Parts: sequence; structure tokens; C-alpha cells
Amino acid sequence: MDFDLTDTQKLVQQTARDFAQKSILPEAAAIDREERFPFEILKGLADLGLMAVNVPSELGGAEAGVVAYSLAMMEVARACASTAVTMAVTNMVGEVIAKFGTREQASKHCPRLADGTYAAGAFALSEPGAGSDPGSMRTTATRNGDKWLLDGQKMWITSGAHAGVMVVWARTGGPGTAGISCFLVEKGAPGLIIGKHEDKMGLRGSNTVSLTFEGCEGELLGDLNGGFKIAMMALDGGRIGISSQAIGIASAALDESIEYARDRKQFDQPIANFQAIQWMIADSRTELDAARLLCLRAASMKERSVPFSREASMSKVWSTEAAVRVCNRAVQVFGGYGYTREFAAERHLRDVRVTTIYEGTTQVQKIVIARAALK
Amino acid sequence: MDLELTEEQRMIRDTARDFAVKEVEPKAAELDKTGRWPTELVKRMGELGFMGIAVDDTHGGAGMDNVCYALAMEEISRACASTGVIMSVNNSLYCDPVKKFGTPAQKDRWLTPYASGEKLGCFGLTEPMSGSDAQTMNTVAEKKGDKWLINGSKNWITNGPHADTIVLFAISERNPGGKSKHTAFLVDKDTPGFSREKPDEKLGIHAAHSCTVFFENVELSDEHRLGGVGDGFKVAMSTLDGGRIGIACQALGIARAAFEKAVEYSKERKSFGVPLANHQAIAFMIADMATEIDAARLLIWRAATMKDKGVRHSQESAIAKLFASEMATRVTHKALQIFGGYGYSREFPMERHYRDARITEIYEGTSEIQRIVIAANALKG
Repeated sequence: MDFDLTDTQKLVQQTARDFAQKSILPEAAAIDREERFPFEILKGLADLGLMAVNVPSELGGAEAGVVAYSLAMMEVARACASTAVTMAVTNMVGEVIAKFGTREQASKHCPRLADGTYAAGAFALSEPGAGSDPGSMRTTATRNGDKWLLDGQKMWITSGAHAGVMVVWARTGGPGTAGISCFLVEKGAPGLIIGKHEDKMGLRGSNTVSLTFEGCEGELLGDLNGGFKIAMMALDGGRIGISSQAIGIASAALDESIEYARDRKQFDQPIANFQAIQWMIADSRTELDAARLLCLRAASMKERSVPFSREASMSKVWSTEAAVRVCNRAVQVFGGYGYTREFAAERHLRDVRVTTIYEGTTQVQKIVIARAALK
Repeated sequence: MDLELTEEQRMIRDTARDFAVKEVEPKAAELDKTGRWPTELVKRMGELGFMGIAVDDTHGGAGMDNVCYALAMEEISRACASTGVIMSVNNSLYCDPVKKFGTPAQKDRWLTPYASGEKLGCFGLTEPMSGSDAQTMNTVAEKKGDKWLINGSKNWITNGPHADTIVLFAISERNPGGKSKHTAFLVDKDTPGFSREKPDEKLGIHAAHSCTVFFENVELSDEHRLGGVGDGFKVAMSTLDGGRIGIACQALGIARAAFEKAVEYSKERKSFGVPLANHQAIAFMIADMATEIDAARLLIWRAATMKDKGVRHSQESAIAKLFASEMATRVTHKALQIFGGYGYSREFPMERHYRDARITEIYEGTSEIQRIVIAANALKG
């Protein structure tokens, strides 16, 4: 048993930290305020290998493993949560294509996701009427000669307007989860209609759109009617990414509130002297340490190719719920200033709030965990 | 980052689990009800090497690491929290400081027979008027010629009624207006002037006897001094860094016992025509319990591996103890809730787990002390 990071993991962490602090953090407030999609920063991440951290090197990835990916995500999220989620989804799409794609599909798309030729990748599973219950999706794919044509609507698609390639799920068989397949759809495919950009509470620099498919051409990824398994496996990994994002955001909020508590004086002394403040800091520190360990445990299990669904769900439910509490306490420590846009505390709280919702709500994670416990 | 157990770690966990399930668990309810001290279990733990897990085999111990200790503590406490803390006090609060601060001669006399389980140790820091604020203790050690004269009393001394020796902390230099200096001593039970009260009556951990001990003109030579003159506070704090890992494990074991029983019960017991577990209200309690138990275990293992590496782990021990103990209270509360009326009945073990868990937030540093440690570290920057 060893909790220490390997040299590779430390190197990836340091690389991500340096870039995040130097090139991302100074832009974060503007990205949020202007709803600016961070094209240049994403290219910078790609140049450092951070858009395909766990993708094999023969496909252009960094092949640095899942723990390294998680650590890099934490660092990027600490600087800018919008950039981090874009990075997370791109990494996830690269992994899915590398794992389930044919040699041809993988060697076409993975290097482009990795090197930034594609601004991002996108993952299209949710629909207006199918969120936690993807088995109820209505988008269909029908065979037309040797081609598949997709019809239907997807919703909440991160990077949907900018993705060079997206993985899309559609019904090819009967009802429920057994009749779903996975497809690759390229940017600009005829019949792919990009819908309106969602006006969100947080992650305002990330692109979130609905997509309409009208006889849009897609390429089957993996087995026919084997799509649900791909989605679930991708989401197991995705949950590590979102856990890492939540931990990164909350770490920023905690560190900033600690610094503020040391400087801010009330009743003739730094507010850090008051136990009321110390208790919030101690609870946040403790809960975040637990989150980090749950997250890195799931990451190291995925890295060793052992089943990790239960652990990924535990990581996500704890990390995201704790992160919301931590960011909320940080606003409280900042008082009125925490509610203003002058400080990042309010942005952290807005950004972190979605982490208990997307890539499997807290409630879905609890279903997964309870099922494992009751087996 | 590798969270797999080594072969040795798996082996001791399996040995502890086997012993706990076969020999400890069947007695747990009776030990709680009668408050009987489990002489035979303490003896068996000695035979199995559990009384000095992280002590070298040259000094009677099992020569294993602190992760092994954590694993065994979890299993024993899962079966019986009283037996768990008896083990923890001997390992963490007694053997650990003697191993770390004792001279070779002291180790031969005061470590070997204790780590092997032949004798039993305890730890005396708390006093009637001095708990979390250990600096304010009143027990004094006065140097008279080449002897130390000890006067005072200590209370809530777990293992006290049965221990052969106590690691005692006393003020050796009083500095009015400034911080007093403390020194640690090893005091044997048959020393003239040493006496003890009858065991305390407690909410839980009934079989783990504790008591108040008195020191009346107890005379000790320098052979009994553990560590340097004036180093007592350092000895105490360093010991508690390890002790907190032990108590965190006890909390974890108690929580697991309650959780596992609640899972079984929720699958068997029906309400509204379906097993309890089919209701999300119950399933989500189970999910929360499972998640928090795993988080506590990881925090404990992190602290234990740091202790094994010899790096400072005050912060990590405090985090592990705070989280695990408060987790145990939440988990036993939920488990009792799932059992409903049966949970409140002494016919079932839930109310015992609930009572036993409660102490873990108090002894070896209250939750409040842990938060002070954690916040101080975080604010140091």
C-alpha cells in the first residue's frame, strides 16, 4: 500500500499546475463573465498532452494513466471549471473511441482530439425526456445501405457546437437499454443541427447546446445494440473526471477562504482566530481529503483494469456533495465580499453546483452504491 | 499510488477476522450486558500477536506495520468495540511511546512483556479537571535527591483496573505565567502509593474497564522516566498521533458492524409488500453509510502509511479520527433507524453499536481538538 505519487504522476500534476496557474487562472474571471469558449487555452492543454492523458501513445495520447488524468483535472479545475469540463469530456471521448473504435476510427479521431486539431470532443447521451434513465431515449438510428442515419434530439451537450467529433447514442433495437447503439458523428455532418446555447448558472465558459439530428449520418462505434454498455463504462470513468473537477474547484475555494481569513480583521483580530471560522476550514479540509482519496482510489482501480463502478460512484457522490459544501462555506467566510463578483468565491459556488447533477446525479450514484451493497 | 494490501497485510486481516468472528463476536453481547472484563480474549490477542503489532519481534511484538495494526483493529472492533479499545490502548498508547522513547533497558523491562501480551499497559494523561487542555494538569513530579516524588490523580484510564504499568504524565517544572514542563514516567501497579478506584460506569464499551488512579508520594528512580526531563508533552502528543489512528479504526469497525447488519436486515424485513431495501429512503441511507465507511478507511490507511514512513502525520491522524468517529455516529444512527423498534431493543446489537460509537468522538482527543489541529495546520499555509 502506497499513497505516494509516481514520478510520472507528479510530472503530469506539475505540468498541469504550472500551465493552469500561469495561463488559465488569469483568464478565468473573464471566461466566466464573457461566456468565452477558451479555444486558445484548450490548444495549450492539447500541446501539453492534457486532452488525451489516458489515451495510448500510438494514438497520440500521453498514456500517463488515470491517476495522472485525475490530478491534471484537479489542477485545471482549480483555475477554471469551464476549461476543466471541456477537457474532461474531450478526454472521455478519446478514451471511448480508443477502447471501442475500430483501428481506423481510433487512428482517425484520437490523434486529432489529442493534438487539438479538434477543439474538443462531445458526448451525446441525454435527451429532453431521458436524463438519469437513458433507456428511455428516443433518438433513432436506421440503416440505409451501408450507412446509419440518426434522427432525434439530444440535450445538455457539452462542447456540442465546437466538437470535432462526438459520440452519440441512438436506438437501433427494441425498447430499454438493450436496443441502444453508439455512433460517431463528425462536425458539420449534414443533418446535424446545433441548437441554442444554454444560459447556465455556472460553467459559463463551457459550451452547452441541444442537438437535433435529421437524417444525420453516423458511423457505428462498437457492437450493434451494445451502446448502453459503452455509455456506462464511459460514465464510470467520467465520474472520476467530474469528481476531480469538483475537488479542484473546492480546493481553490478553500485556499482562497483561508487566505482571506488570515487577512480579514474583525473585533481587532484576524477572523481566522475565531473557532467559528476554524471549524468551517477544518471541516472543509477533512471532507476534501476524503474526496481526494476516494477519487484517486477509483482512478487507480480503473488504471489496474479492475471493476470500479461502485468506487467511481462513491467518489462522485462524496466529492461533489462535499465540494458544494466547501464552496458554500468559502462564500460564508468571505461574507458580503463572497457574494460579489470582485472575488472568485461566488463563481466557484456557481461552477461547482452542477457537479452533483451531470454525468450521473447524486441520486443515480446512490442507486449504484446501494445496489452494490445489497448484492 | 497503490492501495492494494500486501500479502502480510491480507494475512493479518484474515487472521483477525477469523478470530473476531469465531471467538470475539459470540461474546460481545454478554460482555456488554455484564460489563465483564474479557480476560480470555485479551490473552488470546496476546497469543496472536495483536497486543504489539507494530513492535519488533525482538521486543515481543509481531513486527508488522501500522496498516496491519489498522486492519486488525477494524476487525476486532467490528466484533466487539470494548475488546478493540483494550487492544488499541496497549498497542498505541502504551507500547508505542515505550518503543519510541524508551532506553534499551526500559524496552526489555517495559516493552517486551507488554507487546507479547503477558502484561498489560495503560496511559495516564487526563485528569478530573484537565481533559482537552492537557497543559493544565495538576499531577506533579518533584525531584528529591535522585528520586522523583509523584502526587496527583488521573481519570478515565482505559485498561487502568487491570494494567500492570501506566505511562504517566506529570508536571516536572511549574512556570507561573508561562507554560509548565511535563515529564513522562513508567509506574508499575505494585509501586507504594499507587492505587485505583473501581471501574467507571459508562454509556458504552462496558467491557473496556477504565478508572481513576491515584499517586500518593509515589517514589520513582530515573529508570522510570520515559524520555527526557521536560519532554512529556512531546511524548504525549506524538503518542496520541498514533492513538488517533487506533480509535479511528475502532470507529470504523463499529460502523461496519452496524452497516453490515443493516444491509442484511433491509433485505429480509418487508414493508409495504417489498423488502425495506427496495425503498429509496432505505437504499440511500445504505449508500451514504457505504461511502462514508470507505472514505474513513482510506483516511486511516493514509495516516497509517505515513506513520510507517516516519513522516509527520498529526494532521492526517486528526483528519482520520475526526472523520471516522463522526462517521461512526452517523452510521450507527442510520443503522438503528433501519432496524426501527428492534434497533432500540437490547435483544439486537444496534443499540450497543450506537452506544459504543459515541465514545470515539470524545477520547484520545475530542472532535473539537481534532478540528483545532486541522485548522491550525490549514491556516499555517
